[in-house]
Amino acid sequence: MAVSTRSVISVAGVRKTYGQTIAVDEVSFEVRDGEIFGLIGPNGAGKTTTMECVEGIRKPDRGSISVLGLDPFRDVYQLQDRIGVQLQQAHLQKRIKVWEAVHLWASLYKKPVSHGERLLEQLGLGDKRNAWFMTLSGGQQQRLFIALALINDPEVVFLDELTTGLDPQARRAIWELVRGIRARGKTVFMTTHLMEEAERLCDRVAIIEHGRIIDVDSPQALVDKHCPDRSVALTTEAPLAEERFRALRSVTDVTRDTARFTIHGRGDGFITEVIQCLAEHQMRVGSFRTEQPTLEDVFLKLTGHSIRD
Amino acid sequence: MMRGLFQLTWLEIKIFLREPLGAIGTLFVPVAVFLVVGRAMNRGTGTPRTPGGLEFMQTGLPVMVSVFMAISAVISLVTIISIYREGGILKRLRATPLRPYTILSAHVLAKLLFTAVTLTMMILAGRRFYPAGLQAPVISFAFALLLSTLAILSIGFVIASVVRTARFAQPVSAIVFYPMLGLSGLFVPVEALPAGLQWVAKLLPMTYVVSLLSGIWTGESWFAHLGDLAALAVFGAIFVAISARVFRWE
Repeated sequence: MAVSTRSVISVAGVRKTYGQTIAVDEVSFEVRDGEIFGLIGPNGAGKTTTMECVEGIRKPDRGSISVLGLDPFRDVYQLQDRIGVQLQQAHLQKRIKVWEAVHLWASLYKKPVSHGERLLEQLGLGDKRNAWFMTLSGGQQQRLFIALALINDPEVVFLDELTTGLDPQARRAIWELVRGIRARGKTVFMTTHLMEEAERLCDRVAIIEHGRIIDVDSPQALVDKHCPDRSVALTTEAPLAEERFRALRSVTDVTRDTARFTIHGRGDGFITEVIQCLAEHQMRVGSFRTEQPTLEDVFLKLTGHSIRD
Repeated sequence: MMRGLFQLTWLEIKIFLREPLGAIGTLFVPVAVFLVVGRAMNRGTGTPRTPGGLEFMQTGLPVMVSVFMAISAVISLVTIISIYREGGILKRLRATPLRPYTILSAHVLAKLLFTAVTLTMMILAGRRFYPAGLQAPVISFAFALLLSTLAILSIGFVIASVVRTARFAQPVSAIVFYPMLGLSGLFVPVEALPAGLQWVAKLLPMTYVVSLLSGIWTGESWFAHLGDLAALAVFGAIFVAISARVFRWE
């Protein structure tokens, strides 16, 4: 993918309070042109507040935000023509028909309805044109919201908890659609509390907790940085196996349950070293499995608790 | 700039008509009440059987039905706005190039249009069934009714701002509007009330609505009702100003 380093969104030192509650504080990050950027964290961490400040729906108390060179709150109407928005837990009128929503949106953005009709087809809603909003499934409603967010051919698309409440199959279908948005050269700024979703979809993520950004990077880089430990689980009957594993430079620990070994280590060369060791000593291996830490582990490491707590 | 006003108004009208109960209640119930009550008082003979009946049929009943029409339009608006807010629909619409006042104006226009249609049906039904009774200046009256509806809609917006949930929107509006009718001169002339209550009546917008509507219906001039118009304008301005400050979109 062609992700440039030009920023389309930059957020610096943003703070937003509701009464006595500080929703977000000192939030700063950049979203680059053409990437899928994820704001990840548990519910109530400040994801939606941050996103709505960036969309121009809320005014931050402090800090500065620039989207496509515009101030989202001051230039909200100018910006609206260039961004597409999907809001968390939004609905349409129960009895609005799918095509009516698409036509209304097209007219609001002064776009030909044919573009909207094409989006419906592309998003698999062609046969739901005449259905009332209330009769659509959760996945269909989200696909309609994606269609509406794309109707003005926006440069940046905002997706807030897009797959919450969807079954795994619908979720995967939505992921494909989001990759498709990136493939059209658009920038995607999304929030999610699903680490798996962030890991599979996002080029870069910002981890937010209690209203503060903890770290920003690609999922892989975050994992390498915060959870460098890897492990290999294998079974072997070879003599001296434990001693040989322990002798490897990158190995930190070996645990053993008769022929079942778990080898812990860190660094890029760790798995290679283990494999080389097995080959060198011609050890017969019954099973071999490597275990990679995930964003979930990174989150646990950084916050001291699981995202589901 | 009101980009999308007419598309949204037309859409809201269609959506409203898709909900059968709401549509029947708004469009046909007032006409049905008018016909049933009118017929009951005027069975067959063409002359009312009760004393004062003729006057009631000729003025009281149409004005009463019109006032209920206006109130039901307002209650329906308050309910829709709170349902839309609760469901995040208002928020979703606001995150488009639609201006906030365009979204609300579309609902007001839709309600005024329904009121106009119901009034037309009522008058046509009246022409058909009681040819003698109806010599009222229909166009002027329709205009007066729309102005009155607009004035009390502004109270509706205050209620929609203060009441957070859709569940309470309807009962709260009913509690605000129906008791007001008791002092409005609709059932008992304001002059016949005790002095204290007369004073209270003068503070209620509904009193001016009833005075305006009965006056225009019986052929009095607009000039004679400048006071009512001024009072409604003042009430409207006050309530619009309040709701502009306290209205919540989510």
